[in-house]
This record gives sequence, structure tokens and C-alpha cells, in this order.
Amino acid sequence: MLEIKDLHASVHGTPILKGINLTINPGEVHAIMGPNGSGKSTLSYVLAGRDGYEVTGGRIVYEGEDLTDLEPEVRAAKGIFLAFQYPVEIPGVQNSTFLNEAVNAIRRYKGEEELDKIAFIKMLRAKTKELSMSDEMLKRAVNVGFSGGEKKRNEVLQMAVLEPKLSILDETDSGLDIDALKIVADGVNALRSPERSSLVITHYQRLLDYIVPDHVHVLAKGKIVKSGGKELALELEEKGYADFVGEEAA
Amino acid sequence: MAAVSFLKNDADRTVPGAGLGWLDARRQNGAARFEKLGLPTPKLESWKYTRLRSLDNLTYSPVVALDSEKSVDKVPGLSGAVARMVFVNGRLRADLSKLDGLPKGVRLLTIEQALADSPELVEKHLGSVAKDETQAMVALNDWMMDSGFVLHVDKGTVVPGPLEVVYIGGLTDAPAAFFPRNLIIIEQGAQAVLVKHHIGRGSGAYFSNAVTEVDVADGAIFKNYEVQAESLQATHVSTQHITVGRDATYESFQLSVGGLMSRAETTLTLAGQGAHADVHGAYLMRGAEHCDMTSYVDMAVPNTTCRQVYKGVLDDESRAVFQGKIHVAKDAQKADGRMLNKTLLLSNGAEIDSKPELEIYADDVQCAHGATSGQLDETAMFYLRSRGIPEALARNMLVQSFLGDAIENISDEAVRAAFGDRVVHWLPAHCYLSGEWREDAR
Repeated sequence: MLEIKDLHASVHGTPILKGINLTINPGEVHAIMGPNGSGKSTLSYVLAGRDGYEVTGGRIVYEGEDLTDLEPEVRAAKGIFLAFQYPVEIPGVQNSTFLNEAVNAIRRYKGEEELDKIAFIKMLRAKTKELSMSDEMLKRAVNVGFSGGEKKRNEVLQMAVLEPKLSILDETDSGLDIDALKIVADGVNALRSPERSSLVITHYQRLLDYIVPDHVHVLAKGKIVKSGGKELALELEEKGYADFVGEEAA
Repeated sequence: MAAVSFLKNDADRTVPGAGLGWLDARRQNGAARFEKLGLPTPKLESWKYTRLRSLDNLTYSPVVALDSEKSVDKVPGLSGAVARMVFVNGRLRADLSKLDGLPKGVRLLTIEQALADSPELVEKHLGSVAKDETQAMVALNDWMMDSGFVLHVDKGTVVPGPLEVVYIGGLTDAPAAFFPRNLIIIEQGAQAVLVKHHIGRGSGAYFSNAVTEVDVADGAIFKNYEVQAESLQATHVSTQHITVGRDATYESFQLSVGGLMSRAETTLTLAGQGAHADVHGAYLMRGAEHCDMTSYVDMAVPNTTCRQVYKGVLDDESRAVFQGKIHVAKDAQKADGRMLNKTLLLSNGAEIDSKPELEIYADDVQCAHGATSGQLDETAMFYLRSRGIPEALARNMLVQSFLGDAIENISDEAVRAAFGDRVVHWLPAHCYLSGEWREDAR
């Protein structure tokens, strides 16, 4: 599904990613862990196509196609979703309207009929119910006045509505208490299927108790320095990142 | 009569109320003042950022009785309007207007009619609020005034829906000039909502110099909304003078979405204790358009409140000017005044000159002002686009989001919706509103 080959990337001219290799097959959940400043968020933005995050070397191949020059909205239409670490507040735009626009933009891109309001609302209600979210959140402006937990749940709702093939979760666990974490994890797990893959980016092992990964990678100083199974996360939890940071520095 | 380079001298021109001695004297006084003052130049503090360049090279003919048969389609209007008065090229068009069925206690007349039917009413109020003799554009209007209306709402009368006045310009072959003069008298405890539309049609150049005087008496509530959607051949100056009495409420919203060169200037006096004013606006400019929004609020007595929010969106090489001053008089204790100006710049070539000011002579007051300008939030753009929303639509959504809390200050629901639609129609190409797609209708 996703093949990252020797990826180098700069943010506003500063090199951050220095040769990342990673292959994610359909149905797999990969976790990327690493200390602050290792390039975790940069990787997520590069995959989603944010302006200012420039690929300077290597390739990102998604379903056989090089992503590098595609606009973020095209990547989204092709099934890539990034759950933001800090979801953005958009005053004056109703959450449900925002989701409706997103769904229909993607349907238009795919040459599908737009969903009419009634069909859309019906679909949306079913999703909120699945995620035990209140419909009241749909009426509010996007993320405005939402608590940290509500914002993250809103990200998961968007994910559930857009049904991406590749979900990238950027520190979705940050700032969540254990109950909110469970709800978010349930939402992510509900989407797991043999066709869908996830890339879970996190600093802490905690989230991986609830979203159990198939593979864990350690990112340090812009490179993947170790890969392993889910037990690697536990090892990191115990020992911290000092080994990897030290090794790189040496 | 004075000779003015940008006006064609028309000896045969007949003006409303000609022959009324007091009015002739007023006109002469206006002419003399304008001759002395001339068009405003950047040397004047209040005109530092705006010069009416478009008057440099053209000679405009004052229009009185021409073009009455010009066909006009799609006159803008609110569905629930109680009455509508439509002027085309400065003349009342009865066929497009709807003036029957005005409730008892409400008079809406052209200034011409008012001068014919009840000249004493006009004499009493004309110049009673717009008293500033240093304003050149008022002097010019005093001299040339040729159209406009009188709205009089009797004591205690509540007008059940919005009243509308529409000015349509641009349907002339030669450059034309209009000088509307509007008098609004809202008597004690009365309530009314007015919407003025200044609309450009056709391709003729025109200059509109309107003056509006508003007297909101004690305990009255008056909402005064104005849309400026003039054409790219238009020079538009709208000067409003307002006085608000004891425990009275005044609310205004100035929406500017067009005009090559436009200025909306408001001078408001909170003259009675407990008076409140909401003076808001929004400007959406593109191309080479220039928009100036200038306001002066005088909190003249104790216990008055004032709120001002002006927001704008500037694209291409357009330019806007915001000048706002809240003045608190020496004994006007407990004055509570807030002013905010925010501008979104969509292009590197766009420019905003923002000058919010407080001038406070009382010591027990609560006043604040602020101004910001910036570009579209890159993170928000990325957020929307990462959900599949194309760049152009994402931009439209963020522009609407930005203007949303300005438009929200319009307390009249129908007007708020109509002005919101105006914003949508300003947005480029395919526009977005509540999940519906619309063609650009501008």
C-alpha cells in the first residue's frame, strides 16, 4: 500500500528526514515512536502533502503511484487521512457542513454522485452513534470550544466518515485521559480491515495498548533506527530513547 | 454658481425645492463652502489615505430627469420588506418601487415630494444633524442635492419589517453624478429597520455623493444597514451623521463589496444617557478597488456604550482604509466603547491602512481598541485540504469563516442572511454556502 524509499525531506530549507525506508502492506498497523524532534510530525506532514514540507530525495509510492507532486486534497481523495496532533478551529463553519463538503469533494473527485443532505445526515448519525459521540458536536463550529478529547474524537469521526485506506495518526494520544484514549482507539480499531492500513505516530507506548500494532519503528534524527514487533514498544517504554539518541550522536 | 472641474455646469438643471428661499440659501451656502474647501486632499487628516482620483479626468453631468425608461432587471430586495423605494440614475422609479401599504405613523417620501408636501418638515431637519461645516462632501451635497428620501417614524410606532431604498447607477452613456440626501427621523420610542442598497449596473461612469442624517430620539431603536455594490466605474461617497438620544439604540452595518473608489464615513453622537450604538462593517475588495471606512463616535454624555467591529478581505491590488475614532467627552463617565478592525490579505499586492483611535477625556471609562491584519491561516488551509476540500473552496470557507463574526453583528435576521449571501456572491467562481454550490452572480 505504501512504500517509502530513502525519503529525505526539508522543512523550509532545514533537512529533517534523512533517508527513511518503510513499507506498509494492506491491513497492517505500523507504529512510529521516537523522541521529540526526531521528525515524526514531519513525516506525517510530508505524507499528507503540506506546503513547505519538501521532499528532497527518495520516493513515496502509494498504491503504485508516486505521491510527491500531488496536492493534499488529491491525496485525501485517494484515501490518505491525517489525524492532526492539534486539530484546527474553524469558527463559523459548522462541523456537519465541513464534513459534508469533504465527503462530496472526495466523491466528485472520484466521479461519484454527491450525497444529498438527507443521505449524508443519515450516514453521519450512524457514525456518531458508533463512536458514542453526541450529535450536538456536529452543530458546533469545527473544533471551536472543543475540549482536547473532543477535538481528537472529532478527528476520529472525520476518519470514520471519510473511510481512508491509509490513516496516519499524529500523536493522537497527546493530551487525552484514559477514557478518551479508549474511545479514540475504539474508533481506529473499528476501521481495521484487511484493506486498510494505519500509521500510528506516538511518543508514548500507552496508545499501543489499545491500538495494537503489527510493526513498531523507532525514528531518531530523521531515520528509522530500529524496527520490530509490538514488544519493541514495551522495551522503549522501559528503557526510553536514550540508546537511540546516543547511538546517533556518537 | 461655483465652477467645479469634475461637474458639468448645467444651467437648465432643475433641483428639488427650487424657489424655496431657505433652501436656495442653503444651496448657496453649500456651494460657497465647497468652493472654499475643494475636494478633500491627503493633507487633511481624515482623508490621509484616500484621494478621489477618479474625479480627476472625467466631467460628470448631474442627472435629474433622464433615463426614466431604462429597463432594470433584478432589483435587489428582501422578501419581507414593508416598502421599497427605487431610484435609477437619481430618479424615483415608481414602477419598481412599492410604497403603498406603509403602516400608520410611517412616512417614506422622496425628498422632492417632501419638499412639495411638507417643506417645513424638511426645513426643520435638513442640516440639523449634519452640522459639520468643514466636511467638503457634505458641502457639495448641500449645494447639489437632487434626490434622496425622508423617512419619518412617529412616536411609539414600530415598523413591522425592513424598509428598503435602492439606488441604481451606471445606466447612462455619459458620466453622471448623483447627490442623494436622506433624512431619517425616528421619534421617541419608535422602532424601524432600513436597508439602503447602492448598486451599479451597466458600464457608465458615475459619481454618487450621498449624505444621510439620522435622528434617533429617546428610547427609539433604529437599525441602519447599507450595501455598497457599485460598479467598477463608480466613485461612491456616503456620509452619515447620526445622533442617538437617551436610552435609544442605533445599529448600523456597512457592507462594501464593490466600487472603484468608495468611502463610507459615519459621524455619530451618543447624545443621551443610556444611549447605545453598534457601528459595524465589512469590506470585500479585489482588482484595483479602493474602500475607505471612516467613523467618529462621540460619547458625549455619561453612561453610553458603543461597539464597533469592522472586518475586511482584500485580494489582488485592492486597498482599504479603516479610520475609527471613539471620543469620550470630559464628563462622559462610565462610557464603554470597543473598537476592532481585522483584515485578511489574500494577495501580496493588497494593502490596508488601519487607524483605530481612542480620545478620552473622562476618567472612569472602559474603552478598548485593536487592529490586526494577516493572511489566510496556512495550517487551517492545510487542514481543510487534507480532508479532500479543494484549495479554492477551502479558501472560500476560510474567508466566510473570517467574516462570520462580523456578519453576526447584524441583529436583523433577514438582513443578516441577505448580507451573508452578498459575501457568498463576492467569493470567486463556484461558491459555497451551507452545502450548496452556486455560480458567481456578481
